[in-house]
Amino acid sequence: MGLTPADLSVRIGTLHLANPLIAASGCFGYGVEYADVVELSSLGAIVSKGLFLEERDGHPPPRIVETPAGMLNAIGLQGIGARRFIDEKLPELRARRATVIVNVCGTTLDEYVEVSRILSDAEGVAAIELNISCPNIKEGGIQFGCSLDGTYDVVGAVRKVTRLPVIPKLTPNVTDVASFARAAEEAGADAVSLVNTFLAMAIDVESRTPKLSNVVGGLSGPAIRPIAVRMVYECRQLVKIPIIGIGGIAEARDVLEFMIAGANAVQVGTANFVDPFIWSKLLEGLRDYMERHQIARLDEIVGTLRLVDPRPRTEYEPTARRS
Amino acid sequence: MPSGIFDVRARVIANRRLSSDYNVLALAAPTIAARAAPGQFVMLKAGSTYDPLLRRPFSVFEILRDRHGTPSGLSVLSKRIGASTRLFYDAEPGQTVATLGPLGRPFMVVDRPTEAWMVAGGVGLAPFATLAETLRSHGVGCTLFYGARRATELFHLDFFRALGVDLVLSTEDGSFGERGHVVAPLERALLSRSPASRLMVYACGPERMLAATARATAKHERPCQVSVERIMGCGLGGCYSCVVPMRHDHGVHHVRSCLTGPVLQADQIVWD
Repeated sequence: MGLTPADLSVRIGTLHLANPLIAASGCFGYGVEYADVVELSSLGAIVSKGLFLEERDGHPPPRIVETPAGMLNAIGLQGIGARRFIDEKLPELRARRATVIVNVCGTTLDEYVEVSRILSDAEGVAAIELNISCPNIKEGGIQFGCSLDGTYDVVGAVRKVTRLPVIPKLTPNVTDVASFARAAEEAGADAVSLVNTFLAMAIDVESRTPKLSNVVGGLSGPAIRPIAVRMVYECRQLVKIPIIGIGGIAEARDVLEFMIAGANAVQVGTANFVDPFIWSKLLEGLRDYMERHQIARLDEIVGTLRLVDPRPRTEYEPTARRS
Repeated sequence: MPSGIFDVRARVIANRRLSSDYNVLALAAPTIAARAAPGQFVMLKAGSTYDPLLRRPFSVFEILRDRHGTPSGLSVLSKRIGASTRLFYDAEPGQTVATLGPLGRPFMVVDRPTEAWMVAGGVGLAPFATLAETLRSHGVGCTLFYGARRATELFHLDFFRALGVDLVLSTEDGSFGERGHVVAPLERALLSRSPASRLMVYACGPERMLAATARATAKHERPCQVSVERIMGCGLGGCYSCVVPMRHDHGVHHVRSCLTGPVLQADQIVWD
C-alpha cells in the first residue's frame, strides 16, 4: 500500500479506537484472563463482563450447549459487581493500556443509573455499554430492551449521570430492532451495539430434558451472522449515531461485511472461545483487504453497500430471471 | 508471545483405537508437551469448519519423547460420545488438530513418605499416566484404583505395572477384577489403613464416582484432589461455562474449573 501504513482506526462518537475490533461482553471475562495470550492494547477495546451493583452467582450448569455453527448460553450474568471490578480488575487493565468499555446491567432503572455513576467515577473507563438485552435473567435487562419506552428511559437516565459515551446493546428479540436504535438515539445514546444473542432452546430427545439448566438461552456464533448483518443494515438506514456490529464474526471478511452494512466497529465473542489468538489474524485480514482494494482508511468502507438495483429496500420480491 | 500458552496446529502422529469407543490420539505439539504438568489440559478443535464449532477439553494423557528424551508431543485419551470425539476417533495420521495449552492448574504432587492413591473411572484414567510417572520418579509409592464398564475397557495396565504402580481393578460387569464400582475397594483400603500413615488421594472420573470418593476420603480425613470435567467453552476463563459450586469463607459460589481447576480440593466442592 505504499509508504503510509494502513489506518484501521475508527471513531465511536468521542471514542477513538486503534482498530474496529472489540472483545464482546461475556466472551472475554474481565479482560485480565486473556492478558497472557493477547496484547490487550492491540484491541480496539474490550467490553467487561456484565456488571451489576452486587455480585451474582449466575445459573447452575449446564450453562452452554453447542448447536450447528453456534452455541447457546445461559450463564445468568455471574459477576463480581461494579466495585470489585474497579478494585480488582481495572488497575491491571489500565496498566496494560486496554481501552475498557464497561457493560452495565441492572434489574431496575435506578440500578443502571447507580452502576453507571460508580463506573464513570473510576479511572480507566472509556465508555458505558448498557446491557438491556440479556435474555437469561428474570428481572431487568431485556425487559427494558424489549420496550421502546424502557430503552428510551434507561438511556436517558444514564445519559444524565455520565460524560462517558453511552452505548446501549440491543436485543434482536424484537420485531423491528431499528426502531429501538432510534429510541436510543433520541434518548441521547452516543452509539448502539447490536445484536445480543437470539433467545433459543435445545432439547435432549433421549431424556426429553432441556440441554441448559435455564431451559432457554442465547444463540451466538456464525449461525446468527446473516441475521445480525441484516439488522445492522436496517439500523444504519434509520439512525445517524455509530453502530457497533455483533454477531458470529469469525473471519476478517465477516468484520468487513458488518462494516459495509453500516457498522463503525464490531465485537467478536464466540469466535474468541474457539481461537483466543484470533485478533491478530483478523487485523492481518483487514490489512490485506485494504491493500487489495487500495483503501487508506478502513472507516471509508462503513455503510458503502452497493445496491445493484436501487429500489426501496423494503421490496423483497424476487427479480424475474431473464433467459 | 510472552505467555506459556500456545496454540499449535498439531499433526496427528498416531491414532490408536483401543476399543469401539476409546482412542489415544498422539499429537505433535512439542512446545505444549514441554510445559505441561500432570493434571493440566489442552483444548482441541475437531475439524476446521464451524460444525462442530467449539474446542473440547482433554487431560494430557502421555508426554511423548524422542530418542533423547526431549518432549516431541502429547497424547489424549478420548471416548467417543459426540460430534467432536467422533472426529477424533476417526482422525488419521497426517491430519492437523488445533491444540491449545497447557491450561489449568495441575495436581499438587506429594513426596515421600506420603503415598499416592489414584482413583480412575473410565476415561478418567487420562491424567494419571503423567501423574504416576512424576510420582514414581520421586519414589512415591502409588496405587491405582481403576474401574471400567468391562474388561476390554481397562487400558494401559502394563504401563502402570512397569512404573511399579499397584493396581486395584474393577469392572461393572465383573468381567475383570472386582464386580461393581471402584469406590468399594477404595473404601475398604481407606478403612484398613493406619491413620498415622500419610496419604494423598487423587481422583478423576464420572461425577458420581468423584462424589463418592470425596465422601469416603472426607470420612477417613484424607486429603483428596479431584480433576473435574465440565462443559467448557474456552478453557481460558472467558465464558463462565465450566463452573463448579465451591465452599468459601463467604458461602458457596461458582468457580471456573478451567482457571481454578481442573484439579480442585474435593472437600471444597458442593456435591449434589
